Amino acid sequence: MDLTTFLQILDATVRLATPLLLACLAGLFSERAGIFDIGLEGKMLVAAFVSAGVAFVSGSVWIGLLAGIAAALVLSLIHGLASITFRGNQLISGVAINFLAAGLTVVVAQSWFGQGGRTPQLEGAARFEPLTLPLAETLRDIPVIGPAYHDLMSGHTILVYVAFLLVPLSAWLLFATRFGLRLRAVGENPAALDTAGVSVRNMRYAAVLICGVLCGLAGAYLATALQAGFVKDMTAGRGYIALAALIFAKWRPWYALWACLLFGFLQALALRPDLIEATIGIKVQVQLLDALPYILTVIILAGFVGKAIPPRAGGEPYVKER
Amino acid sequence: MEKMPKWADVVLIPLISLVLASLLSALVILAIGENPWDALKLMVTGALGSTYGWGYTLYYATNFIFTGLAVAVAFHARMFNIGGEGQAMLGGLGVALVCLFIPWPHWSLALIGATLAAALFGAAWAAVPALLQATRGSHIVITTIMFNFIAAALLNYLLVNQLKPAGSMEPATASFPEPTHLPSFHDLFGTEALPLFRGAPVNITFFIAVAACIAVWALIWRTRLGYEMRAFGFSETGARYAGINPTRIIMVSMFISGALAGMMAINNVMGEAERLVLNAAEGAGFIGIAVALMGRSHPFGVFLAAILFGFLYQGGAELALWTSIPRELIVVIQALVIMFTGALDNMVRWPLERVFAALRRAPPGDTARQAAE
Repeated sequence: MDLTTFLQILDATVRLATPLLLACLAGLFSERAGIFDIGLEGKMLVAAFVSAGVAFVSGSVWIGLLAGIAAALVLSLIHGLASITFRGNQLISGVAINFLAAGLTVVVAQSWFGQGGRTPQLEGAARFEPLTLPLAETLRDIPVIGPAYHDLMSGHTILVYVAFLLVPLSAWLLFATRFGLRLRAVGENPAALDTAGVSVRNMRYAAVLICGVLCGLAGAYLATALQAGFVKDMTAGRGYIALAALIFAKWRPWYALWACLLFGFLQALALRPDLIEATIGIKVQVQLLDALPYILTVIILAGFVGKAIPPRAGGEPYVKER
Repeated sequence: MEKMPKWADVVLIPLISLVLASLLSALVILAIGENPWDALKLMVTGALGSTYGWGYTLYYATNFIFTGLAVAVAFHARMFNIGGEGQAMLGGLGVALVCLFIPWPHWSLALIGATLAAALFGAAWAAVPALLQATRGSHIVITTIMFNFIAAALLNYLLVNQLKPAGSMEPATASFPEPTHLPSFHDLFGTEALPLFRGAPVNITFFIAVAACIAVWALIWRTRLGYEMRAFGFSETGARYAGINPTRIIMVSMFISGALAGMMAINNVMGEAERLVLNAAEGAGFIGIAVALMGRSHPFGVFLAAILFGFLYQGGAELALWTSIPRELIVVIQALVIMFTGALDNMVRWPLERVFAALRRAPPGDTARQAAE
């Protein structure tokens, strides 16, 4: 494999890892606060549709992005209402949200655009354009570093850079601020936080809303940056892969980055089965690459490669009066 | 003291949840510019207005009884098996292997063989997550989700690379041989003069599903194992103290759950398609969650809820055929049912409890007088 192909694969890895990373960080905030969220998939899907639909109608991708985030926030609030206010089962609520999104996006897309559950193709300002980083063209001729800078670092849409910057930001927010300490505490021992006079309900709603914003970014990225428009079921299980990455990362932001890059790399490889055969001389089944993130997660979950311990109060509604 | 009479818990709450879900669905239909009342009439005539419609309704219901029972059995031991979809896919694989590679003399023998294979394959697919939960403490919800995807990839691989007949482009097995074809309701009940259920896929598997309901009822409430499962679901520490082995209960209940989900395949793979195609389960594994929640994990409730969802599926297909409402509307209704009967249960329950508490405080004469006023 030559440098250009290698860079192409890494470039695709970054592109495909971005939605996973955004969704994974979304789940990280929610689950660290003790709210399990298997509805990442649904929130991404709704954000993808609404952002593409609004971007098409308004002609501005930024308005689309805001609308997508708002749509994901609505679903987040429903999840919060079910799992915080009404102390319902968080897993069931997540399942319901995924179905709600899968159904509503197609029903509404068909009603608005009449194209069999998709939005029209997005063009021009209705889509995020790749950014060229400074000096990318000038430095291109330097061996190795030049092409790497030009092909890999430069030329992504703004959401990709946002996603990668969110990793240190999340790590700082969770591990170096009072808000982060409280957010983690509410997922480990909510009663202690309650005793300290902090509202468990407010902390958990805050976490769920952050989760909504990040899912909104992830969905908008899919429909307005990675692809040019919404198609039915376009998240294609990415919400679940993000969930897998979250476990793989043991609920830590930096590990989440590596887990998402790994799963993104697997997705990039699955698109180029010819390359694997040319490189290692063995024909690897595409289906195996598709299933690998899930298989790896099960192995991690089984505790054979380091134990993944979820936040202790995860999934449990907090009951104040006893 | 009971906060509410039992009938309110079993009948009233699911009914109110269903009404709320229907109202919201009606709003969705209104919002996309169709008339909800006309839509409902079309669904009723399409799904229940002819033996053909009933034939489809009951066919879908058969799938949902199996997957609903699967979720319900796991619920009794307080486990959430989201893996019904993957287990049903593997059940389909079992059915396909048995039907294709064993020369059955008669459909009745083939049915027994296929049922065993479907149950075994489904159970095996549930056994791995169960084992990991029991011995390593891996969360069963996450592992069963992962196993759904692994099952999809596995079947994709097998159908594309191994089981596809030579020269065929479509990722599906060959058609099953003639002696494995199950009698449909048309074969059983239709006559020359009265061609009941003609063209509908409902088949003898429906009776197996009904038998499965009765068997699950007997298991949960009439056997020691069922008692242990319920005790474990009620309180794990209590059950442990009473000498119930948690590993055994987790394994056995997930085994039964997976077997039930797998058995769905005798209906859709053997009874209807008569070959194994990609994505044969078509989401029925997930509908089992809605069915079990709606039916309050009781086999009779599951039966009724499965008929309701069968009606929704057939009615939804009719809607998609005759109006501009896409089939996905059913997915929305399904989501709302899961939301209201599952996650937002307390939204309905708490106000109702208050109503019943108020009724109890007031002496019967007072309530009668209040009602009169």
